[in-house]
Amino acid sequence: MRFELTPRASVSPVVRALAPVAAFITAFLIAGLVIWLMGRSPVAAFQVYVSQPLSDPWALQELLVKATPLALIAIGLAYCFRANFWNIGAEGQYVVGAVLGSWLALKTHGTEAGFWVLPVMLLLGILGGALYGLIPAFLKTRFGVNEILTSLMLVYVAQLTLDYLVRGPWRDPKGFNFPQSVTFDPSATLPPVLEAGRVHYGAVFAAVAVLVTAVVLGRTLFGYRLRLTGDAPRAARFAGFSTKATTLAVFAISGGLAGLAGIAEVSGQIGQLQPSISPGYGFTAITVAFLGRLNPIGILVAALVVALTFIGGESAQIMLKLPLDLTQAFQGILLLCVLAADALVSYRVRLISRGVAK
Amino acid sequence: MVSRSLIGILAGAAALALSAGGAAAQQKLKVGFIYVGPVGDHGWSYQHDVGRKAIEKAFGDKVETTYVESVPEADSERAIEQLARTGHGLIFTTSFGFMEPTLKVAKKYPNIKFEHATGFKRAPNLSTYAAKFHEGRYIIGQIAGKMSKSGTIGYVGAFPIPEVVAGINSYFLGAQSVNPNIKIKVVWANSWYDPAKEADAAKALLDQGVDIIAQHTDSPAPIQAAEARGKFGFGQASDMERFAPKAQLTAIVDDWSKYYVDRTKAVLDGNWKSQDVWGGIDSGMVVMSPYKNMPDDVKKMAEETEAAIKSGKLNPFKCPIAKQDGSQVECKGNGALSDEQVLGMNFYVKGIDDKLPQ
Repeated sequence: MRFELTPRASVSPVVRALAPVAAFITAFLIAGLVIWLMGRSPVAAFQVYVSQPLSDPWALQELLVKATPLALIAIGLAYCFRANFWNIGAEGQYVVGAVLGSWLALKTHGTEAGFWVLPVMLLLGILGGALYGLIPAFLKTRFGVNEILTSLMLVYVAQLTLDYLVRGPWRDPKGFNFPQSVTFDPSATLPPVLEAGRVHYGAVFAAVAVLVTAVVLGRTLFGYRLRLTGDAPRAARFAGFSTKATTLAVFAISGGLAGLAGIAEVSGQIGQLQPSISPGYGFTAITVAFLGRLNPIGILVAALVVALTFIGGESAQIMLKLPLDLTQAFQGILLLCVLAADALVSYRVRLISRGVAK
Repeated sequence: MVSRSLIGILAGAAALALSAGGAAAQQKLKVGFIYVGPVGDHGWSYQHDVGRKAIEKAFGDKVETTYVESVPEADSERAIEQLARTGHGLIFTTSFGFMEPTLKVAKKYPNIKFEHATGFKRAPNLSTYAAKFHEGRYIIGQIAGKMSKSGTIGYVGAFPIPEVVAGINSYFLGAQSVNPNIKIKVVWANSWYDPAKEADAAKALLDQGVDIIAQHTDSPAPIQAAEARGKFGFGQASDMERFAPKAQLTAIVDDWSKYYVDRTKAVLDGNWKSQDVWGGIDSGMVVMSPYKNMPDDVKKMAEETEAAIKSGKLNPFKCPIAKQDGSQVECKGNGALSDEQVLGMNFYVKGIDDKLPQ
């Protein structure tokens, strides 16, 4: 006896759009069951996880803060993944963008440098991430090296470089030798969108990135070219699209956006360089990109949902004294349900029995 | 501005709703904790959680405690603020990396008391506290010096920050005081809590002929590696005897219970003040677990050293202290290195044949 997946001939767009919704409901039902088995109220958990963060202005702000780097990075990854190139190293590109941008912040620290510092920092962040993303792209186009391996390994190079810098040359001389840079001057700090709020301009960049990408992927030749390269590489070559140029372009875009996320996070949220400037945004963004089905709007929604599970998880610990493990289990359940819903929509599951003669 | 006042009104409404819960609920002090690792690390965070439970035991119905575990340092501001916003009157943040976020949140909530472990930035409503673990490390250094047959002892460090470096120096000075020819090897795990990496580090040391392992990481993995090879080790932060009954010679136990109970009492009594506490063996913050698996004369020596440190007769960093290159360290304390010198230590003492990563 075994299961077989056969592709469905046609899937209506309505069903396809409803699949994630069904997945979310299923995930909540499963998680509710677990919480009920733990002897807690699933209703209270749902309230703390979902309704409270969505109805409280402070939590909404935090939601945007947390979703900002996820959305920026995942949008960039959509370019790569659509063209079937596997950039797994967004975490490294994020770090290099943050490092290159922060270099200017530290150079101008304590000087009377003017308003130009911040924009140049952001540009350096994009440049750093893009150049770092181009390394695996170049290795792939020039030598045929697998980009999954190189981009992933370059993450460690980036993290260790940052580690070296904050322990060595960029260490705050007045910081008791602790591994961290000075805190950035106001001229090098990405300001909050609303006075005294926590949402910085990175959220605006993310929104712009979503809109621009929606247009680029959906309505331009470049977007078509990416899709074609991903779905039918031979056809793309016949059409005269250079795979090489496409590879370099998508890695530069995705690296640049990850770099922007990095410098925005450091200058808008953390305010200084530390050995660790990301709780794994670059990797979580891969999940976000797929949860959003590589669609810009979908990614935006997915980034908000993933951010919600983080914030809800903290609330659950505080309000209901539920352990962190449950939050992580819930994130896993959610991803599995979305993937399963996708598979069930695209494929028919058939049970094939082999009969008695065995 | 509009949104800010709106938030203010909502917060006020929430506070009213809370206080309407009755007089008993109003007087209940909520104490919150932020942990860098999982409560189940059986080391650093575990011991802070033991302290949290001590508060519950000491004050019963008068308090309510909450914790948020495995909070990434770069992303901790929200978690701390969540505690501040949910009616917590006293908040402990228990890792160095929480320093800037704690300071930011403390400035925003002047009526809430904050306590940050192992940091150096204070405010009228933000205290700092830490323990002189290096006192215990001098004792275990002496034990290691006596017990090592190979003449080479090992140390698994987390990060080369002053607190850890001071521990290594104190450990080595202790060993040297009983065995002038002793050698030490240090391996960095580059993580506070990563059992697999910690075990690898310990195994690497054992492979290099080390027969005693000391550790400044949070899990029992290093001492378990020593146990598996029939060698010796020391428990870190928590009594780890149950993980390595044959290998544990003693453990340096962080006992935060008394401090946490005292500080909670201060808030309840209304006489909490911002302060900086650095407690050693005499304060009860650093406790040596029973000396085991060693001959009687070594045990006696350890007990005598412990008593001498407790009474103030012995300071592990009493002058003269020489750096690796033989140069004397300027003696800024009273016949010993000053607290500032120990807190900012970034050099190895003479005799350590290794290079401090900087």
